[in-house]
Amino acid sequence: MIEVNNLVKVYSSKKKEIVGVNNVSLNVKEGEIYGIIGYSGAGKSSLIRCLNLLEKPTSGQVKIDGVDLTTLKGDGLRKARLKIGMIFQHFHLVSSKTVYENIAFALKAAGKTKAEANKRVLELLDLVDLTDKKDQYPAQLSGGQKQRVGIARALANNPKVLLCDEATSALDPSTTKSILNLLKDINKKLGLTIVLITHEMEVVKEICHKIAVMQNGEVIEEGEVYEIFSNPKKPLTRDFINSILQFDLPEQLIEKRKGTIIKIQFKGEIAEESVVSELFQRYQVKGNILHGKIEYIQDTPLGIFIMELTGEASEVKKAIDYITSKTRSLEVVHGAA
Amino acid sequence: MVLLESLVQLMPDINKAFFETLYMVGISLLVAIVLGLPLGVLLFVTDKGLFLENSVVKGVAGRIVNLIRSIPYIILLVALLPLTNLLTGTTIGPTAASVSLSVAAIPFFARMVETSMREIDKGVIESAIAVGATSWMIIKDVLLPEAKPGLVQGLTITTISLVGYSAMAGIVGGGGIGDLAIRFGYYRYDNTVMITTVVVLILLVQVIQLAGDSISKKVDKR
Repeated sequence: MIEVNNLVKVYSSKKKEIVGVNNVSLNVKEGEIYGIIGYSGAGKSSLIRCLNLLEKPTSGQVKIDGVDLTTLKGDGLRKARLKIGMIFQHFHLVSSKTVYENIAFALKAAGKTKAEANKRVLELLDLVDLTDKKDQYPAQLSGGQKQRVGIARALANNPKVLLCDEATSALDPSTTKSILNLLKDINKKLGLTIVLITHEMEVVKEICHKIAVMQNGEVIEEGEVYEIFSNPKKPLTRDFINSILQFDLPEQLIEKRKGTIIKIQFKGEIAEESVVSELFQRYQVKGNILHGKIEYIQDTPLGIFIMELTGEASEVKKAIDYITSKTRSLEVVHGAA
Repeated sequence: MVLLESLVQLMPDINKAFFETLYMVGISLLVAIVLGLPLGVLLFVTDKGLFLENSVVKGVAGRIVNLIRSIPYIILLVALLPLTNLLTGTTIGPTAASVSLSVAAIPFFARMVETSMREIDKGVIESAIAVGATSWMIIKDVLLPEAKPGLVQGLTITTISLVGYSAMAGIVGGGGIGDLAIRFGYYRYDNTVMITTVVVLILLVQVIQLAGDSISKKVDKR
């Protein structure tokens, strides 16, 4: 659905040139929710703004539904944009227009008649659950409600793609959740392809199928969300994942322990199997769970446990080997292996 | 008693002059809206980074506006006498004065329009572009409504400046309150006329400002 080839965006001023996006290539399939994560200044915002040519790429291709947008101009580009919805961090609603008029504006842009627009606006208001707010002005709405209007406006002309530029970054956690659920819903119901950029791993975990990690204008890692979460390769990716999966034990606690402290990661189905109880039946070791957590990344469990094993050194070693063979992810945090 | 009597005597003159002032200001305001508003929009949308960016148009329009605005009104008034004669067939009276007032008002209001549009969040314009709107739609449905409170304020300031300018038109016999003040008050040292006209002007300006503020507040949905 979206194909980006060797995209480069350079911002040049008199004094110097700043590379916003450096040779990025991406492929987003139809119906996919694709997340781009990075810290501010990583180039993710430039990248997403190149996808509907709000920023003109310096070089490279942006193909949406087979059409290379970089070859379009004027009216052709305008028509192509009707099929690409976009929502923004700060909503960007027209403050002098009511909720109804804000959504109707998008339909007017597509040349719809008043009657057609009216019917569609009411449908959209129902979809985003704002029917009772239709005659209010944006200033009278909460952040979450404003973003719902933004979503309705973006979806007005049945776009194939929805671009979300930090769409939840200005919202509180519970509102973020409801907006994400709405996006997830739309993705399922309408089969809409969604590209979103964010600096919050929580957002990615919640709704994305695939993810790209950006740093210094480049995509440094890309893959299925679950794969990235369970097996991050780059330090930055690990940083992001730690932001939600991390749990550190107090130093003192670790120092005081006599046994071997291990950190185990259970992926997918293994997380549901009884690896641990099996372990204690097979080997003469005692286990003491110090910390544990199971995260569900789009309904697939990812478990992490920190456990102290005590017993004969040889038995402990066997136990560690057993877990390693079962989970392929074991890290000795403290004590003899 | 003498004061009151002379005031009563003055009433017809003041009344006539008051309506002449309203007439001059009204005409030039109308011209400012009809020509200055589009010029202001042009100045804004052709600016760097905007959807009709055009440095040539922006440069030419901006320079013409600056040129007219840098000429003191009193000079403009005299310099435009030939044009006034051509357009109205006379160089005295309120209709004649409206010509130079209009010429002064157009670039003045155009800059006011440009400034009030600069206040609009660029993101809102961008979202309209992203939605696939035409330039005309963006101007009509985003820029003008979003700038409305600022436009009303700009119009208020323009009106008040025009009231001030119109008083200067009295020097060339333009009519209106300023004319009255100069002919009776200044040339004939008649303090009653002088003070009365000043009081009328003060009241007029107050009323315009109050009206402008309240309308601007009413149209502001931010």
